Amino acid sequence: MSAPSSPLRSNRVLRVEDPDLLKGSGKFVDDMHLPGMLQAAFVRSPMGHAKVVSIDVSAALEVPGVHRVLTRDDLLPHLATEFIVVGLPSPAYKQDINRPALSGLEVVHVGEPVAIVLADNRYIAEDAAALVMVEYDPLPAVGDPREALKPGAPLVHSSSPHNLLAEFDMGYGDVDAAFASAPHVFKESLWQHRGGGHSIECRGDVAAYDPFSETLTLWSSTQTPHAGRSVLAGMLGWEEERIRVVTPDVGGGFGPKLIFYPEDVAVALAAYITGRPVKWIEDRREHFVATTQERDQYWDVEIAVDDNAKILGLRGSIVHDHGAYTARGVNLPYESAQTVTLAYEIPAYFMNVKLALTNKVPVTPVRGAGQPQGVFCMERMLDRVARELKLDRAEVRSRNLITAAQMPYTKPLKSRGGRQVVLDSGNYPACQADALAKAGLADFPARQAAARAEGRHIGLGFANFVKGTGRGPFEPVTVRVDPASGKVNVYSGATAMGQSTKTMFAQIVAEQLGGDISLINAKPGDTGSIAMGLGGFNSRLAVMAGSSAHLAAIKVRDKALLIASKVLKLPIEDLHLIGGRVEAKSDPSKSITLGQLAKSVAGVAGFVLPDGVTPGLEATEHFVVDDMAYANGCAAVEVEVDAETGGVHINKFVIAHDCGAVINPMVVDGQIVGAVAHGIGNALYEWMGFDDNCQPVTTNLGEYLLITAPEVPFIEVSHHESPTYLNPLGVKGVGECGVVPTAAAIMSAIEDALKEFNVFIAQTPITPGEIVAKIEAGRKSA
Amino acid sequence: MESRKITVTVNGQAHTRDVETRMTLADFLRHDLGMTGTHVGCEHGVCGACTILLDGRTARSCLTLAVQTDGHAIDTIEGMAPNPKDKTAPMHPLQEAFRDNHALQCGFCTPGMLTTIIELLRDNPEPSADEVRIAISGNLCRCTGYQTIVAATLDAAKRLKAEGRKP
Repeated sequence: MSAPSSPLRSNRVLRVEDPDLLKGSGKFVDDMHLPGMLQAAFVRSPMGHAKVVSIDVSAALEVPGVHRVLTRDDLLPHLATEFIVVGLPSPAYKQDINRPALSGLEVVHVGEPVAIVLADNRYIAEDAAALVMVEYDPLPAVGDPREALKPGAPLVHSSSPHNLLAEFDMGYGDVDAAFASAPHVFKESLWQHRGGGHSIECRGDVAAYDPFSETLTLWSSTQTPHAGRSVLAGMLGWEEERIRVVTPDVGGGFGPKLIFYPEDVAVALAAYITGRPVKWIEDRREHFVATTQERDQYWDVEIAVDDNAKILGLRGSIVHDHGAYTARGVNLPYESAQTVTLAYEIPAYFMNVKLALTNKVPVTPVRGAGQPQGVFCMERMLDRVARELKLDRAEVRSRNLITAAQMPYTKPLKSRGGRQVVLDSGNYPACQADALAKAGLADFPARQAAARAEGRHIGLGFANFVKGTGRGPFEPVTVRVDPASGKVNVYSGATAMGQSTKTMFAQIVAEQLGGDISLINAKPGDTGSIAMGLGGFNSRLAVMAGSSAHLAAIKVRDKALLIASKVLKLPIEDLHLIGGRVEAKSDPSKSITLGQLAKSVAGVAGFVLPDGVTPGLEATEHFVVDDMAYANGCAAVEVEVDAETGGVHINKFVIAHDCGAVINPMVVDGQIVGAVAHGIGNALYEWMGFDDNCQPVTTNLGEYLLITAPEVPFIEVSHHESPTYLNPLGVKGVGECGVVPTAAAIMSAIEDALKEFNVFIAQTPITPGEIVAKIEAGRKSA
Repeated sequence: MESRKITVTVNGQAHTRDVETRMTLADFLRHDLGMTGTHVGCEHGVCGACTILLDGRTARSCLTLAVQTDGHAIDTIEGMAPNPKDKTAPMHPLQEAFRDNHALQCGFCTPGMLTTIIELLRDNPEPSADEVRIAISGNLCRCTGYQTIVAATLDAAKRLKAEGRKP
């Protein structure tokens, strides 16, 4: 085998995941079958808020094939604490509202689990679940977070003093002074809604308890197996050692699968209590009512600018729908507020953020994690400035964008972990110019006029974004050469949920170990194979796990060369790694395989290791970085709006983006395009609705619209590469980036198409009916 | 629960089983036959992940009862590659095109995409990009934004034509 002709990193390498997935031999959690396994179905609250008066399981137990029905009372004896305590630290909390494993006293959202039914199969389990008689005493519910914060509002939890979960201020500079002397101040109220994660694979668990080793194994479609183990161990009062959490193939994550859920602990305990393996696979209706969502934020903001449209200050407040429990923390609106100013020079900033409890399923991050909302706020306000001052939208931004010459640029803001926000690198104006050029800005006015002459309304819009990626502090990786096979195993708490994590590991590790990707066996997402890990979220794995893999692979390479030099009795300088073996450059007939090298340091009882060599051909690295790497970009979109129906057709979509050094351009394109499609859905289609009693009204994929192929335009991706100095690979995260500017760019384009009607869009999503109403209002006022 | 004996030919092989009348075809394939390549994403006929070919036409296996397929032929993702167990053997040209064009990320919707596109290419061997988008409009993918699936389909059509093969 010859050396690769070009470096593995930065190349379009085909994915190692694909053959199994394409042949139907992927291994998703629902594909597991264990002997004697029971199937679970959950009994869930049908009410937004109610006292649980009684639970009668007798009729359910009479159904043939039903083995057990477990309620809160059955779980409590096995729990050190019944609460899932997962809130990220923050001084902002006003109250701790944690979810119970199963609810038995008071239900606070539709879909909250109150019992788990275990039966021979899911059909029987669901039959029996319908026969579990729960008597509820309804209580008033509140779903609008603004209403929830008003005095006298119904209490989301009857034991709480109020519905304010947390409150914090963010900002810097003398914002009041900036506004007091500003020649222009513009004010807007924005409603921003994002829906659910809606991975095509719903959640799922298989749990089995082994009484011989006294260990519990939970196979779960989770993005965070180590966190799951830790939470579960805490709740059971067990050593972590007794619990193994494994993430098999995952059919999409998108955020909600990073959360530890009541179902996870209930299924695990059900396996322990019954002594039988237990499987629970979430169905789509459950995903709508029991999986966390991102939902609503209400922003009141004002921007102060001078006569030249230079920003003097921005201030406002956010009311954030937190849902009924803390399932992650205050991080989501924190990221929203922090993202607002990132791309621009803004001398003074203030944002008050209130998190309101509501009688709805908890809110946690969906791909983008609050950052699309921050960008939406900033970009909508800049469009407003351009309109009011009769300036070009691109010019307004150019006057305020942070430039490449200013990098690294320190923002007077602190990350949620208390670190200074420093924009490490990037050329924001270049991305804007590139996106606009590729979107055809130069001749757009002529095309727009020509279209208008034909009675058509086309518009061009765009939005800049800067996004923090690579959340620290670390993601350990072990690289180990298997002595028997000579294969290189890569272990990590990183999880693969479609973002090509195994291919990323294979490229990075093979680059150091001889260039043969087929020798790399990446096995991410198993607490049994590596002590620590954080998991997959926040566009962090290429940055954090990729860097650890790179450093570990270099250590293994160096050690392989050292051992080979002892065994082959050749100087290290004459040796190189090539296709799974170390070979002498001077004489290729002299070589030794990685497997032989691993065996030579695996230890033989009583025999010495090669001189100066430590045991084992492996290395574990915990690359630590606290500062985030900031990716950036600009999305530019051309739409055509049907003024009669309000229908929006996207003619063209360009995104110029910069995620630092690119490991695999094919994968980066895939991440960007997929996230843009998600963002289009957020702008035009996805809406998770509830009625006044907090009953969800969009609980199937006919009512809740996920974007389909005909609505997605061809998306053109333009790569810019500003490597970051923060990690040895120079990479920034990319998984979420495409979603961040998309809704803002689309609204800008719709407005541009409808400028004769003086339409301003202060919301996402927007429906055709709402667009028609805005056109009508514009016609009347004209 | 009422059961019936059915005989179903799956990927060319006949299987005879007693099944409950209410069992879906998806559960029959996945649980009774152990063929877990067909995926279940919504169980109400919208997402298309469970799409199989029933006598050569696409059908939602989550909305089809196993007993309805008695005496019929079903094709699933497991039957597409000529030598599925051989890791180095070439797959079906559509599968190869999916890999080469990065038309899958998590791979969960992929089984339904492949079966849907097989039907398309049989009906229309040289589809336009717009025709591909319409053909897969009943299949949801949350990862790819569909762009690479369209590209892979056009690529597969070219490969099949060059090889003089039917899909």
